[in-house]
Amino acid sequence: MKAKVYVTLKPSVLDPQGKAIKHSVELLGYNGISDIRQGKYFEIAIDGSLNEEQAREAATRMAKEVLSNPIIEDFRVDIEK
Amino acid sequence: MKFGVVVFPGSNCDHDAYHVISKHVGQPVDFIWHRDTDLSSYDAVIIPGGFSYGDYLRAGALARFSPVMNSIRQFATEGKLVLGICNGFQILCEASLLPGALIRNRDLHFICEHVNVRVESTNTPFTHELKRGSILRMPIAHAEGNYVCDDATLAELQREDRIIFRYCTADGRVTDESNPNGARDNIAGICSRERNVMGLMPHPERASEDLLGSSDGRDVFSSLAGTLAAVA
Repeated sequence: MKAKVYVTLKPSVLDPQGKAIKHSVELLGYNGISDIRQGKYFEIAIDGSLNEEQAREAATRMAKEVLSNPIIEDFRVDIEK
Repeated sequence: MKFGVVVFPGSNCDHDAYHVISKHVGQPVDFIWHRDTDLSSYDAVIIPGGFSYGDYLRAGALARFSPVMNSIRQFATEGKLVLGICNGFQILCEASLLPGALIRNRDLHFICEHVNVRVESTNTPFTHELKRGSILRMPIAHAEGNYVCDDATLAELQREDRIIFRYCTADGRVTDESNPNGARDNIAGICSRERNVMGLMPHPERASEDLLGSSDGRDVFSSLAGTLAAVA
């Protein structure tokens, strides 16, 4: 089982990296892009001792305490069996 | 009085801070390894600049979980003095000892240059020997110095006179052009509600000798020492 954690900047927080990436992509000729936001992705391998609910609970706590900074970031947890 | 300079894996301004305290302030100072937890012999702790844990995850994010940080939290709760410089400021924000966060510079560059900051408050143990409105020239060296906080936090910092340094022009005007990294309200340094914890992005320890181009930062350390001398 895997817990997948996506950490993204809050919409209100400026993302200079995303802006620079958008600029480069546009230089390559990609059109129709209104915005790019950069985030982080974590794959957490869960061993057999946790069930799905426990894995989700642990990953959520981890995301809150370590993987994200709640002042500037949001997160989402997905569990893949 | 005794100073401690915390050393994380990746700290690189620890020796500069140590040098300024021992040589210019003339007080005893120890390095404190980040796994040490006994701070009982210290009156002030400096969290120096550098790249603790390689800035992995977010600048300062992993240093917050080092054993010494629980002791520093306790140390701060007791009203003792904690000064975070650059990465130290980032660590204090990640540890919630100071509000807000430091994100990527507006223009993405790692900026390494001397900047001007205006002293906005002398009502701290770190700035009482400075003059309000005076301009200090100090170097910055960071990629994540762009201070962000929500509206409520900014209003609180302003209301409680907790914005200590702001980026400004050479003649002391706080403008967008003089803001090197996009920091909200040109904030370069803030203090805690109790005023005993201060963080700033510029490096006063690298601006403490004329030989290095500026000695403006030395007053921060002499203020600190003056505070401790008055208490003793």
